[in-house]
Amino acid sequence: MAFSDHRAQEETARQLIRQARQWQNTGNAVAESDNIVVETAEKIFADLADPQTINNDKNNSWQAPLWQALSEAGLPLAWVPDDLGGSGASLADGFALLNAAGRFAVAVPLAETMLAGWLLAQARIASPEGEMTVVPASPKDRITLDADGALSGRARGVPFAKAAKHFAVLAHGKDGAVIALVDASTGRIESGLNVGYDHSDTVTLDKVQPITIKPAPKGLDQTTLMLMGGVARSLQIAGALEAMLDISVRYSNERVAFEKKISKFQAVQHNLARLAGESAAALAAATSAADAIANAKSFNDEVYLEAASAKIRCAEAAEKGGGIAHQVHGAIGFTMEHILHRYSLRALAWRDDFGSESHWAVELGKLVATRGADELWPLVASR
Amino acid sequence: MTAALRFDPIRLPEKCEQLRKEVRAFLAEEIAAGTFDPNKPNREDTDAPEFSRRVGAKGWLGMTWPKKYGGQERSFLERYVVTEEMRVANAPTRRFFVADRQSGPVLLKYAPEHIKMEILPRICRGEICFAIGMSEPNSGSDLFAAKTRATKTDGGYLINGTKIWTSSAHIADYMIAIFRTSPPTKENRRHGLTQFLVKMKQPGIKVNPIGQITGQYEFNEVVFTDHFIPDDHVLGEVDGAWKQATSELAYERSGPERFLETYYVLTELVRAVGPNPDTRSAEGIGRLVAQLHTMRRMSVSVAGMLQAGKEPVVEASIVKDIGTVWEQQLPHRVRDLAAFVEETATNRETLERQLDFAIKTAPKLTIQGGTTEVLRGIIARGLGLR
Repeated sequence: MAFSDHRAQEETARQLIRQARQWQNTGNAVAESDNIVVETAEKIFADLADPQTINNDKNNSWQAPLWQALSEAGLPLAWVPDDLGGSGASLADGFALLNAAGRFAVAVPLAETMLAGWLLAQARIASPEGEMTVVPASPKDRITLDADGALSGRARGVPFAKAAKHFAVLAHGKDGAVIALVDASTGRIESGLNVGYDHSDTVTLDKVQPITIKPAPKGLDQTTLMLMGGVARSLQIAGALEAMLDISVRYSNERVAFEKKISKFQAVQHNLARLAGESAAALAAATSAADAIANAKSFNDEVYLEAASAKIRCAEAAEKGGGIAHQVHGAIGFTMEHILHRYSLRALAWRDDFGSESHWAVELGKLVATRGADELWPLVASR
Repeated sequence: MTAALRFDPIRLPEKCEQLRKEVRAFLAEEIAAGTFDPNKPNREDTDAPEFSRRVGAKGWLGMTWPKKYGGQERSFLERYVVTEEMRVANAPTRRFFVADRQSGPVLLKYAPEHIKMEILPRICRGEICFAIGMSEPNSGSDLFAAKTRATKTDGGYLINGTKIWTSSAHIADYMIAIFRTSPPTKENRRHGLTQFLVKMKQPGIKVNPIGQITGQYEFNEVVFTDHFIPDDHVLGEVDGAWKQATSELAYERSGPERFLETYYVLTELVRAVGPNPDTRSAEGIGRLVAQLHTMRRMSVSVAGMLQAGKEPVVEASIVKDIGTVWEQQLPHRVRDLAAFVEETATNRETLERQLDFAIKTAPKLTIQGGTTEVLRGIIARGLGLR
């Protein structure tokens, strides 16, 4: 489909997103299969982000049209209310969109801009047009607000910082957390790549004056942001695993060795069954956490368990499941020309953002220990 | 996508949480009264007929079944809550568990009306214990190789042969078993087996306990010699058990009992490390809790699908595959972490005793009720590989 055909359709889609939200507000939940946000996104991904086409394109000429189509459909600012410049989709719809983005291993800052828009909206700061990302993107880094209103600090591993026009910054001031919109050109960016070949950069703010700055609402702190980012990454990993299962099953039904399809070998079947299990576990953990956040009144222990568990379990699944997908593909899956690495390496890279599984395991372990042995089961069985 | 696996995030309804409180209160009373010790995980050794009746009196057995058979017409999600609370408390469920989970639903589907009216209410009252007669000395996972014969005679069948690895047969009142009524056909090697309701403790049935590596006598050899079963005890289609037995296994594969068998060692580890764990213990516990939480959410999701009338065969098999492998590894992971627990931990002895038992239990977990290999075969079929 030619790109010009998209515009009219996506204008309609944007209206439909609003409509879907209104339905949800009136209590008529929209089933995932009828999710207009996801349908719109999948259509754009299928047309403009086909993994094989992207993989063959050495000049990244697919990036600009994809971003434009996503923007016109209102998807990067899905989590920003209408009055702050966004399309006002529900948290649940946005999470489902991220899962779909994972199924296409989408390598534009969609998740990052969504998270940035969400963060800004928490402080009622309007989102500008264009790519954004969140700073910091690791629980270890810290940005501080000084007395004359300037921001300073270093944040490593910030996804797509180099592509971003603005940063949504969560900083620590003397009166608590603040949220700020920052012009990306006022920060210093040391460019880097993660293992999935996507930008993962170091951002240094040195007495930077933000465009807008407001106090964070009560209950929103850096941990909340990291959990939110971690759930976004979990959904993307789960999506990538779904795709890896799909292409691995297809490949095993095509590839012939020892005079039969390799899908007929029991060893291969059992490997693929394990991959299905890892994919299922990742999907269950991520969608459960997304559902918990979408329906939470606050980030209590139950939501913490959901979000931290999702990141831990999805990261484990990325390693185990991705490993099996490569094993099934053999040497062809290890080539740049094959699409498998677009999923497998990105899923591995996503483990590192917003706190690794090791980080969250320690934090969750401490929470469980603090609550005590007899409070473990009530926590696990809380929903 | 070739494999549209769905695990929708089911939230347990409010009435489940009310029920959970009732179950916890009931179990606390039973523990206080000395019915069982929650720190003693070898409940398989414990036959608790009075406890079974009290659970029945609460309305927690056959709770999803129609009221006319003694059931409560409650949801699968409510049953789920009762099952997981019993399991986590190490309650002695042995006498009623098989009847409630597996045998009752088979009778509901295939037994003649008068048998249903006679037996199902007794299951609901916690009065009777069931066993399952599937495996034989030369047919385990390969169910359809069963050779124990049911030969047609006046008014019924005569049974000759041997079932083996039959849990609870030594205390069971009934068994649901498959016997060979015809030879397999060339076209269908699964043909020729029939499902029967067997009344135990009758002439022609000899139960020989078999010692297990845990030191328990929980499963048995059951020898049939010209044992008579009346015609009305045939369950479903003669020669057609293969259509019934597989769905029976698939349905109940993914309950909480499929990942909570060794859970107690995790609780005890958390107790032993105390409120300020070192980084290693914290990370180890965090990962185990994340894995446990994920499996439970998957398992609850399958319960939700059952409640919605779906047949999530592949999803259920995935939960059992991942769940049983996890509960098998759990004692070993806890042992790794327990190596650094302070000598002064007050529950050190309890933890060690529990680990000792859990480590001996672990090997069976990926064998009972469908081996890992069988489950992965089912999943592979669901993926379109076979």
